Amino acid sequence: MTAVPLPTTAPPQWSPLLGRFSLEQLPFLHEPIVAATFVGVILGGIALVGALTYFRLWGYLWKEWFTSVDHKKIGIMYMVLGLVMFMRGFADAIMMRLQQAIAFNGSEGYLNPHHYDQVFTAHGVIMIFFAAMPFVTGLMNYVVPLQIGARDVSFPFLNNFSFWMTTGGAVLVMASLFLGEFGQTGWLAFPPLSGLAYSPGVGVDYYIWSLQVAGVGTTLSGINLIATIIKMRAPGMTLMRMPVFTWTALCTNVLIVASFPVLTAVLVLLSLDRYVGTNFFTNDFGGSPMMYVNMIWIWGHPEVYILILPIFGVFSEVTSTFSGKRLFGYTSMVYATVVITILSYLVWLHHFFTMGSGASVNSFFGITTMIISIPTGAKLFNWLFTMYRGRIRFDLPMMWTVAFMLTFTIGGMTGVLLAVPPADFVLHNSLFLIAHFHNVIIGGVVFGTFAAINYWWPKAFGFKLNQFWGKVSFWCWVPGFWIAFTPLYIMGLMGVTRRTRVFDDPSLQPYFIVALLGALLIAAGIGAMIVQYGVSIWKREALTDESGDPWNGRTLEWATSSPPPAYNFAFTPIVHDLDAWEDMKRAGVGRPLEGFRPIHMPSNTGAGVVLAGISTLLGFALIWHIWWLVGISFVALLVSAITHTFNYKRDYHIPAEDVAAVEAQRTAQLERLAQTQGATA
Amino acid sequence: MNAKNYNDLAHRHAHGEANPHAIGHGHGHDEAHGSLRDYVIGFVLSVVLTAIPFWLVMSGAIADKSTTALVIAAFAVVQVIVHMVYFLHMNGKAEGGWNMLALIFTAVVVLIVISGSMWVMYHMNANMMPMHMEQMD
Repeated sequence: MTAVPLPTTAPPQWSPLLGRFSLEQLPFLHEPIVAATFVGVILGGIALVGALTYFRLWGYLWKEWFTSVDHKKIGIMYMVLGLVMFMRGFADAIMMRLQQAIAFNGSEGYLNPHHYDQVFTAHGVIMIFFAAMPFVTGLMNYVVPLQIGARDVSFPFLNNFSFWMTTGGAVLVMASLFLGEFGQTGWLAFPPLSGLAYSPGVGVDYYIWSLQVAGVGTTLSGINLIATIIKMRAPGMTLMRMPVFTWTALCTNVLIVASFPVLTAVLVLLSLDRYVGTNFFTNDFGGSPMMYVNMIWIWGHPEVYILILPIFGVFSEVTSTFSGKRLFGYTSMVYATVVITILSYLVWLHHFFTMGSGASVNSFFGITTMIISIPTGAKLFNWLFTMYRGRIRFDLPMMWTVAFMLTFTIGGMTGVLLAVPPADFVLHNSLFLIAHFHNVIIGGVVFGTFAAINYWWPKAFGFKLNQFWGKVSFWCWVPGFWIAFTPLYIMGLMGVTRRTRVFDDPSLQPYFIVALLGALLIAAGIGAMIVQYGVSIWKREALTDESGDPWNGRTLEWATSSPPPAYNFAFTPIVHDLDAWEDMKRAGVGRPLEGFRPIHMPSNTGAGVVLAGISTLLGFALIWHIWWLVGISFVALLVSAITHTFNYKRDYHIPAEDVAAVEAQRTAQLERLAQTQGATA
Repeated sequence: MNAKNYNDLAHRHAHGEANPHAIGHGHGHDEAHGSLRDYVIGFVLSVVLTAIPFWLVMSGAIADKSTTALVIAAFAVVQVIVHMVYFLHMNGKAEGGWNMLALIFTAVVVLIVISGSMWVMYHMNANMMPMHMEQMD
């Protein structure tokens, strides 16, 4: 037996002015890899700030975007945040793949343990909290109000504030790259490793406060969207006439509101252990680290359904639209979603079968886990039957959907395999598990996000995405995924453990080299995706969609112009059927051309940026134990929150003439379109 | 054009409100606000339900302590229900039944989480804590 390893870093010295901060804490001064990254980031940052200043974009960004309470703009900002953080998380992934591909035959690789452990921790945290979560929240923000015929979400200012709190959490994670360190604990920071005794540095505190700041945003946005879906549906849109994406969004936000407080509470207990010396999760004095594992997975399992449910909604919309048919089994789809919502609270122990709760407990949770695959399977059959005898158009969103069906099914099957407790005792903590959850998260959430971006981009910007580069991206991503993760499945079955930095067995190296090649192919896919966005923006004239309904869509978001006006709908549509827009097109409903009235809208405000900025500063001060700054920023937070309540300029009316002018433009656009189509036909 | 009405033009004119969802201050007026009588009943019930447990503990009326604790817990549950009915005006109809649905969902999740955690942690404790293992041999 080896002794328990000592902390890798000595506890930092504390000074009243700078807290635990000192020059020692700047990793780019003594680690060449971080130094090179730092120089790159600084140069890129200067270039970006310079460009924004040169093109005088600061005022535009502030007025039109940062302070905007328009759900559409906030949705787009969430997607941008998700993409930026996705790049960061992917950089971590490539670093791990490279390290593992070369650390053989006595080579230590190029990452020391301290750095490598931060990389895999940051990769997990960023990909789940700051890439996947902004993606699904962004999609729901953009699409849900349009699909239910609303003008905005229920609480538009709260929406802006939620976005900036999520961004604040992301800023803290990014700051840890150059100021101090990130956690070296794995993405869920299990104690006792994350306790003060084994992680004395600032890494775990960065983890705690970035998640707490972002968690406020996530919870509030969940409340906001639930209220929106329940209270603001267009007249006639009963629950069973709601688009499936809106249904899945409702269930996801219920899960968010019910489960994120558990995460907040468990992180509060961990911070009490670290800040004031309590012993909730310590090894001694009556603490129980197992309780932390139990509680964080009570949040953690619903979390994976929070990510995948809206994506199931995306696939439902895409399959139905591109098959030109009503979704097969709409009712069963809704019930499957609701059943998954409840069942997701009954399976959390399958994440720690091996912790020792014994046969009876493990059997119960093994069986519930297998049961939850039934409604998911029902969904897959619904999509297949929707496609059956449909006139399928294989545009990019549909291609991603088919790739999802093939990939996700295999990920689901390995999941059921892992749900068998005796099998889990062999596969737990192995690369098989890593391959499984990447299979469902990449094959599900990531592919679904790409399907959604390709599907709704024309709605958001008024032009379609370039097909060629989208296909290049697709054909790099899908095989890239399989080349990267099949070796991990194989090695996992052979017993190779996750988070390993160096390997003794040289026969494993070929597998890791293949996995690296797969990751590089994915990198090419990401590159092609960026080129796709760039080319599409550059050639947007040629890709313009004037109709607002480029895919022959079925739900209400396609009833507006692309991009929709700030008020979404001049008159709230009245819904008579599921697939309301398809019903309206079939009935030949014309747009109302007169009788416009002033539209009551919420005003932009900078309060969200200010409050979230101060919260981030408060988190930063808490991380570094800079107590004077903690005090000041806490008081500033209260004062600015109270000050904001005295801001009575909350709303305004878009004058009827302005609405009439915008709608007249739209009428002209549609007439022009009809003439061109008439001319070509 | 069929007979169905597809936008709320007419409806809007009848109401004279630009936005039926009135962003910002669009609270519905259908929710119950409770009468003075309700508040008084709720207040009296709460006081009684608080005073009895106090009396139970102070006087030691029930000899067995764990029975006392159970009785107090039962009073606490009734207290919660009184608060929800008389102060939060919850019933099966408020907000079109959504309040009740949310309450049931919350109760189910809380029940799962608490009882599940106790079950799981009891077994963890029995199987895994080193102290018990020493006692075993």
